[in-house]
Amino acid sequence: MSRENGKEVLVGVRNLKKHFPIYRGVFRRQVGAVRAVDGITFDIYKGETFGLVGESGCGKSTTGRTILQLLEPTEGKVIFEDKELTSLSKSEMRRARRDMQMIFQDPYASLNPRMTVGGIVAEPLEVHSIGSRKTRKERVKELLDLVGLNPYFINRYPHEFSGGQRQRIGVARALASNPSFIVADEPISALDVSIQAQVVNLLDDLKAELGLTYLFIAHDLSMVRYISDRVGVMYLGRIVELSERDEVYDHPLHPYTQALLSAIPIPDPEKESQRQRIILEGSVPSPSNPPSGCHFHPRCAYATEICSDVDPEFRNLGTSNQPHWVACHHAEKFL
Amino acid sequence: MAPLLEVRNLVTRFYTEQGVVHAVNGISYELDEGESLGIVGESGSGKSVSVLSLMGLIPSPPGRVESGEVIFNGRDLLTLRQSEMRKVRGREVAMIFQDPMTSLNPVLTIGRQMTEGLKLHLGMNESQARNRAAEMLNLVGIPGAEDRLSDYPHQFSGGQRQRIMIAMALSTNPALLIADEPTTALDVTIQAQIVELVKQLQEKLGMAIIWITHDLGVVAGMVEQVAVMYAGYIVEQGSVWEIYKQPAHPYTLGLLQSLPKVDAKNQTRLASIKGLPPDLRQEFDSCPFAPRCPYVIDKCEEENPSLLPTDVPERRAACWRWDTVLEEESRFGVEA
Repeated sequence: MSRENGKEVLVGVRNLKKHFPIYRGVFRRQVGAVRAVDGITFDIYKGETFGLVGESGCGKSTTGRTILQLLEPTEGKVIFEDKELTSLSKSEMRRARRDMQMIFQDPYASLNPRMTVGGIVAEPLEVHSIGSRKTRKERVKELLDLVGLNPYFINRYPHEFSGGQRQRIGVARALASNPSFIVADEPISALDVSIQAQVVNLLDDLKAELGLTYLFIAHDLSMVRYISDRVGVMYLGRIVELSERDEVYDHPLHPYTQALLSAIPIPDPEKESQRQRIILEGSVPSPSNPPSGCHFHPRCAYATEICSDVDPEFRNLGTSNQPHWVACHHAEKFL
Repeated sequence: MAPLLEVRNLVTRFYTEQGVVHAVNGISYELDEGESLGIVGESGSGKSVSVLSLMGLIPSPPGRVESGEVIFNGRDLLTLRQSEMRKVRGREVAMIFQDPMTSLNPVLTIGRQMTEGLKLHLGMNESQARNRAAEMLNLVGIPGAEDRLSDYPHQFSGGQRQRIMIAMALSTNPALLIADEPTTALDVTIQAQIVELVKQLQEKLGMAIIWITHDLGVVAGMVEQVAVMYAGYIVEQGSVWEIYKQPAHPYTLGLLQSLPKVDAKNQTRLASIKGLPPDLRQEFDSCPFAPRCPYVIDKCEEENPSLLPTDVPERRAACWRWDTVLEEESRFGVEA
């Protein structure tokens, strides 16, 4: 496994792109592409929780799915435990999938309503031919217990459970094949506030207990700060800033990160009344026709000529021990 | 002076095949002119049903407003005939909803939808109404308002659609604006735009606001009074400044403690509220929060506490042990 800063790299993402073609007309000619993920490069270290944040449509979910090869990348590489995933054959990929699993956003849509809880959680075991029928049943009970559900529920159906419990079933399913890497795509956004903390604490405990590595995708910046070790901020298909959690939140170097952080409502009227909000103009442009140069320049208060002409380089303005990557021509201003 | 809105002992139930759902169980509150109230609660807490009840918008059957009074500007809205109520809705009380995509008609132009209410409620003619609509669109920050009146909803972004809803709601100059989770479907940066806009409009136009949300953060900088709802009851009510600092109800405390802080390092483990919200197909003889409450005593199982004054001025809480809960240090009192 490759190393960086003395840490093992579990997942290496290199210039990853995912473009969805747009077809028009009788002959279904391709007239353009939605550039959902447009050239991103980052590492996920073994044992860490990497938080990926951004607003809807920025490409964070597509990034998660493309890393797992659930979507075929248009370009770029994903290196997982020294294997280059994009070059694997179908059967090799299927074998590799054991080690990387996904937890989905909507616990109502991601569980088959006609399958029992036992069937749902055992499915990855069957697909990957792990264990015998009998050991599988034991394993399912063990998994249910692990995620805080009564193993007695094994023959019940998803509709008999609440949202939080369903999400636990989703977690149990993801853990079934004993993966080392889990992509959690907005795992708590469909849940009520009092239940969110339950599920986040569960994910935290499981990580410590099983030595998991997470890619945690979310739009809730407070929760991402709480759960992540390092954080990447996405805007229109690109990562614009990446560093240690507290670095990103306390010393944001990209104007978009600054605006995003200032927009989060804080449940404290005193702090709220003293805050200076950066209110962004307009909304996120279409990823099928992103602005030239820096994608953020039309909404940026610091934009100059260079921003509309030249793509900013993703560069390290931190130290080699604590890198702070940012894609902004004017980031030095905020150091 | 009498308050603008006085809700007394409002009870709403739904008669479904699976049983009677006790959605709102006798809530009371007041709102003065130009004042703002946040109603906070999780899904199923009755926050939306409570305001739909006072607007006469509960689908019946299965729903029914069983009892209570809603005194608005001296009249009880619950006793009004449909035709009279229609004059109140949209004219004196306006409402904006969560999903700006579905609350606009996709096959009618924005101009058509915006002028409808103006012609109906204010008796304007077409050109007056169009002028007023354009003026309102300008006010909510939609550039090129005159030209955009002939555009359809799909030609606007989510944030813009919510701006249009707000423009439409405020175009008749209502005394009360009810906002039912208007920013939940929007991204944070757009949410910040909308909250800022509503605050500015309130300063300019002086309407009272009821802002319903599940997000304790959104109302913190927005309203003066907060009512926290749980299982169809208001469990705590008071000024926004104090309620966040020193909650008197264990549910409010639990909600605040379960939120991670965006502005603090090295956070301690999130305190979660154990268990699930109760099934509302029952009447509560005991405190509805008792099964999840860390402060529970025998009395909580025997008698459901009503919303009563506490030692904190203007604070009411429905808890037998509010004095103990008040002593608890909320995480926002101490700096991390």
